[in-house]
Amino acid sequence: MAEKPIQGEKRVFMTGNEVVAWGALAAQADIMYGYPITPQNEIMHYWSRLAPKHGKKFLQTEDEISAGFTTIGGTIIGARAFTGTSGPGNTLMQEPMSMAEMYRVPAVFIIQQRGGPSTATVIYSQQEVTLTTFGGNGEGYRIVYSTATHQELFDYTIKAFNTAWKHRFPTFVLADGYQAKMREPLTIYDPEAKGIEMVPTVPTLGKEGVPGVDRPPVHMTNTRNTEEELYEVVKGLQAAYEEMWPEVEEHEAVECEDAEIIIVCHGVVTRSARVAVSQLREAGIKAGYFRPITLRPFPVEPMKQSIKGAKQLLMVESAQGQLARLVKDSIYGSTIPIEPMFRPGIGISSEEIVEKVQSLIK
Amino acid sequence: MEFDISMPKCWRRETKGHKFCPGCGHGLVLKALGLAIDELQIQDRVVFGCDIGCSLLAYDFFNVDTMQTHHGRTTPVITGIKRARPDRIGIAYMGDGGGYAIGSQHLVNAAARNERITAILVNNTVYGMTGGQMAPTTLPGMKTETSPYGREISQTGYPTQGPEMVAAITREGAYVARGTVGKLSQLKNMIKKALETQIAGTGFSFVEALSTCPTNWSTNAKDTWSFLEDEMTKYFKVGELKVPAKEE
Ligand code: SF4
Repeated sequence: MAEKPIQGEKRVFMTGNEVVAWGALAAQADIMYGYPITPQNEIMHYWSRLAPKHGKKFLQTEDEISAGFTTIGGTIIGARAFTGTSGPGNTLMQEPMSMAEMYRVPAVFIIQQRGGPSTATVIYSQQEVTLTTFGGNGEGYRIVYSTATHQELFDYTIKAFNTAWKHRFPTFVLADGYQAKMREPLTIYDPEAKGIEMVPTVPTLGKEGVPGVDRPPVHMTNTRNTEEELYEVVKGLQAAYEEMWPEVEEHEAVECEDAEIIIVCHGVVTRSARVAVSQLREAGIKAGYFRPITLRPFPVEPMKQSIKGAKQLLMVESAQGQLARLVKDSIYGSTIPIEPMFRPGIGISSEEIVEKVQSLIK
Repeated sequence: MEFDISMPKCWRRETKGHKFCPGCGHGLVLKALGLAIDELQIQDRVVFGCDIGCSLLAYDFFNVDTMQTHHGRTTPVITGIKRARPDRIGIAYMGDGGGYAIGSQHLVNAAARNERITAILVNNTVYGMTGGQMAPTTLPGMKTETSPYGREISQTGYPTQGPEMVAAITREGAYVARGTVGKLSQLKNMIKKALETQIAGTGFSFVEALSTCPTNWSTNAKDTWSFLEDEMTKYFKVGELKVPAKEE
């Protein structure tokens, strides 16, 4: 057996894109397909340097449509395959993602959000939440992890492969330009050394034997002739999605038990919320934060429980209410007031959150 | 030698008669492909991808693992499969709209990268499944649903010369040909050579098959055949455009 890319564990100082490449390598990914777009590029840069040394492959495609469909091809033939994109590339990739939902292809997608709409900025935003959770002509049968730190970026890149292959829904790691480009310390590790077993991959097409002789042929079709036929298919997808929901949903609730005001955020903004909450607590203000880690499936029940005793919510995100829509949908029926703090396409500091909370409390 | 009129061995009998319209050329292209697969004895290694459009009706045609994709996206799906599992034989089956319009970037780049896959493109000069719109291959002056007064070449250009384009952008080692359902034995041999090219790993392989669509041409049997044999061949020259050099 080839030597493991990471022996045991190792303390490193890396950019987020480099972390993703190492995470995929640690997860024993076989192949990456990708197309250049900032701020995702260095995932490909690092992967294409690391890959040949570890018997892995890389293909640079002609566009993101192709990157998505080649990733589906690789996955369906039984490879642990992934791709990465951002912004307009994420828009283009919705077509293959939609097919991945229909066929339940366990492909892994890394999204490094940039500013939108259109070409906008290559820097940062949280404006690809709606697109990543519900893009495509369907019902959003995907799993979306939103990470906050480089450690999580590594952990959830590995986890994404296992969730995808266990539950057979396309799985996303949703980060952003800050996480992609920033350098910070983390521990990278061999999953096995941490007791994490990689879920084995199985080919859907191209199994051994002569089809029609040794085994039935596999005929994958994504077209349906009648409304009723499609209805049955979608019902089946929905049932499977609901079944895995409780096992997959993840959240973080900090100081919510006695909080009067709860900050709701996700991704990198969580870091500011974390600092803000500890400063507010020091100042005697009962603040906490709730953060969905899975944006799809959304941690609905934990969210309802966490906000029960609070007097108001402060929604903080680097988008014009894309997370807020998911939240409102989840806590439907609650009459808790929601204060928006929407900053589309720009970063949010702990000071700004503290200031905002103080203005709301008095 | 008589041409075999029985079904190819790799055809799936349970799904015959097939779903194409009477007089459609798709069944003939798939017969040529089936015979080529039989002769090469590769049924267990083939992964077949079919495009959206009338090509999608081929998804359960063979006793071969098959994936129906999206319109224009069969080339990248098969490319992804082949890259991950080079021991499989990837066949991308598509129409002229899928290959030369919506998926043309995939065809061009797969050819330019010399992907070791086989693309088979059915050219019947129209969009069949969507109801007879103008295709990249519609002949000058030809009436379709979106060129009701005849294709106006000053506005919409000339029919795409697919194999000529692919031949121009592939390197030595690739196989490029244009066959016709009017010459089935020749078409079968072309497809066979294309698959042999993939197996040898020398380069991209591409076969365009001139085919019939009586439904959207609104032609009877006689006129269907004469359009295929007399009209289409004026624009689309049948023959091999690129053949890998024989090994010494
Ligand atoms: S519409 Fe034309 S191409 Fe499609 S199945 Fe009928 S005859 Fe064949």
